[in-house]
Amino acid sequence: MIDNDDATGATAEPPKDQAFELRLYVAGQTAKSVKAFANLRKICEEHLAGQYRIEVIDLLEHPQLAEGDQILAIPTLVRKLPEPVKKIIGDLSNTERVLVGLDVRQVASARNR
Amino acid sequence: MSKTTTKRVSANRSLPKTPSGIQGLDEITQGGLPKGRPTLICGSAGCGKTLFAMEFLVRGATEYDESGVFMAFEETAAELTQNVLSLGFDLAELVAQKKLALDYVRVERSEIEETGEYDLEGLFVRLGHAIDTTGAKRVVLDTIESLFAGLSNQGILRAELRRLFRWLKDKGVTAVITAERGEGGLTRHGLEEYVSDCVILLDHRVTEEISTRRLRIVKYRGSVHGNNEYPFLIDEQGISVLPVTSLGLQHGVSGERISSGIPRLDTMLTGQGYYRGSSVLVSGTAGSGKTSVAAHFVDSACRRGERAMYFAFEESQAQLVRNMRSIGIDLEPWIKSNLLRFHATRPTLYGLEMHLATIHKMVNEFDPRAVVIDPLSNFASAGTTTEVKSMLMRLLDYLKSKQVTAVFTDLTSGGSPTELTNVGVSSLMDTWLLLRDIESGGERNRSMYILKSRGMAHSNQLREFLLTDHGVELADVYLGPAGVLTGSARLAQESREKAEGLIRKEEIESKQRELDRQRQALESQIAAMRAEFQAKEEELSRTIAQQKAQQAQLAQDRVAMGHSRKSDSDGDKTPSSPKT
Repeated sequence: MIDNDDATGATAEPPKDQAFELRLYVAGQTAKSVKAFANLRKICEEHLAGQYRIEVIDLLEHPQLAEGDQILAIPTLVRKLPEPVKKIIGDLSNTERVLVGLDVRQVASARNR
Repeated sequence: MSKTTTKRVSANRSLPKTPSGIQGLDEITQGGLPKGRPTLICGSAGCGKTLFAMEFLVRGATEYDESGVFMAFEETAAELTQNVLSLGFDLAELVAQKKLALDYVRVERSEIEETGEYDLEGLFVRLGHAIDTTGAKRVVLDTIESLFAGLSNQGILRAELRRLFRWLKDKGVTAVITAERGEGGLTRHGLEEYVSDCVILLDHRVTEEISTRRLRIVKYRGSVHGNNEYPFLIDEQGISVLPVTSLGLQHGVSGERISSGIPRLDTMLTGQGYYRGSSVLVSGTAGSGKTSVAAHFVDSACRRGERAMYFAFEESQAQLVRNMRSIGIDLEPWIKSNLLRFHATRPTLYGLEMHLATIHKMVNEFDPRAVVIDPLSNFASAGTTTEVKSMLMRLLDYLKSKQVTAVFTDLTSGGSPTELTNVGVSSLMDTWLLLRDIESGGERNRSMYILKSRGMAHSNQLREFLLTDHGVELADVYLGPAGVLTGSARLAQESREKAEGLIRKEEIESKQRELDRQRQALESQIAAMRAEFQAKEEELSRTIAQQKAQQAQLAQDRVAMGHSRKSDSDGDKTPSSPKT
């Protein structure tokens, strides 16, 4: 399941700064993976609307991709951009920690200002 | 353990094993690591865990045609490749041949944010992928415990590790998992709880400034194994473990005899020298000629075209060669023709076990028929008496099992009784030559005797031991009322005896002459008497003849007288004299 669409339809409005390139690594459609994807979408919608892109990689189909991003835990969310690369593992149920991990608080607050 | 013993009969047959390819380990484990099961290697930092694991993979790939996967949690593939290059393992080449896969797993806590539930499926996927692409039969997880540092949720981690080891078993791969030694337990995070088929403990100990690496099999489910601590060493050929104590007293013996290199000594040993495969101890005080005896032995072995190995712990090769040349033994050609090999080190260079390991290894490599350890007593400085004795016992057993004839020299210190070796190994020896200094008449002379020699009617005589420019010579000592004399005392005694002999000889000669003279006198006397007798005899016979003649005359006269008286009888005209 490679999901390359910009799930939010953020492409509709011109991306002001599409700073966030996110990759979600999963291994099959497990409950944790589905939950993580749902949580991620929600968080992105709320805090990063229009500035992000999510790529979902299923390692069961592409096991060779695990090495490149040093994937160990499933699910793992990798923030490829902006640098530095950050990783968040788990089903992303704790929004607060996801935001800390993605380092989006300032972005969000800056936008709100 | 009880499980092991009750099942022993079937255990060796039923439990399939994967040869590790590590020298000696397969002997201790009687075949290798449990096939298709994980083995835990634990030990503190720097004791060789990673290397152990790596050798397991490399040997598998190069010697047993089993490819492997190395999952490293601590070192990158490039670092690993470089680190083991010094041991002759070319990982890059193996990777290129698809016989080996290196995967570096980086776990950095600062880069990871944890939110909610997760599992380690990613690790499984990577491992599974690597196993599938190489067709690996062997897997190494080099310090999987790093995960405990990188991930905070211990509950998940433990559950996942349990699942991982189960999964590895299901995959049928033989896995080696390394773990850091922990306090109180075998591993810091209790991995032994999950990996319980085979646990090997590595240890790196320093006693009295000398370090030794040791290996012990803590547990091996379903198999008998050696329980002891075995020393192992890491050198340019990788790891070698020495299962030395597993050797029993089952070595075969040879009836073959080989020369000691000293003809007279051979004579003392019933004319043929040492038994092949026996151990010979040459003990003596400093400068009594032990090394020379050893050099003779080595020289004679090389002369027979046999390889010999000389372990020198006191002198360097060059020094030994030079010194032996001074007594007419030239070892140089043997070294050049690779029949003789020297190994000169200081005993304190490393621990006893390491020495044993080195000797073991070198003997194995060079496969000599004759070995010299010169001197044995120097080991005493590298360990306690018990340690030294046990080490030497193992060494002796090993050499015997290989049918190597070994000469050990032993320096007895001046004050101690000569029949007491420093390291107490004399009872292990088959032949014991004792070199002694005899001090008398203002000089010091060497003497030698055979204290024991198992299985032969050896000479019980003390011999004077002479170092000449053409080697060692044994001379008879003077034994007499004055005791044992050697050196110039012997020479003096000999000349004294010679002088005495000369006098005695002269006396005999003069007596002889006297006798002759007497005989001559007697004979002349006899001759004189004979002559006298002859004269008398002649005289007497002459008288007898005269008288006979007289008598005859008388008778004739009487007849004539009768005639004259009775002239009537037959006309006798002769007138009788009285008448006339």
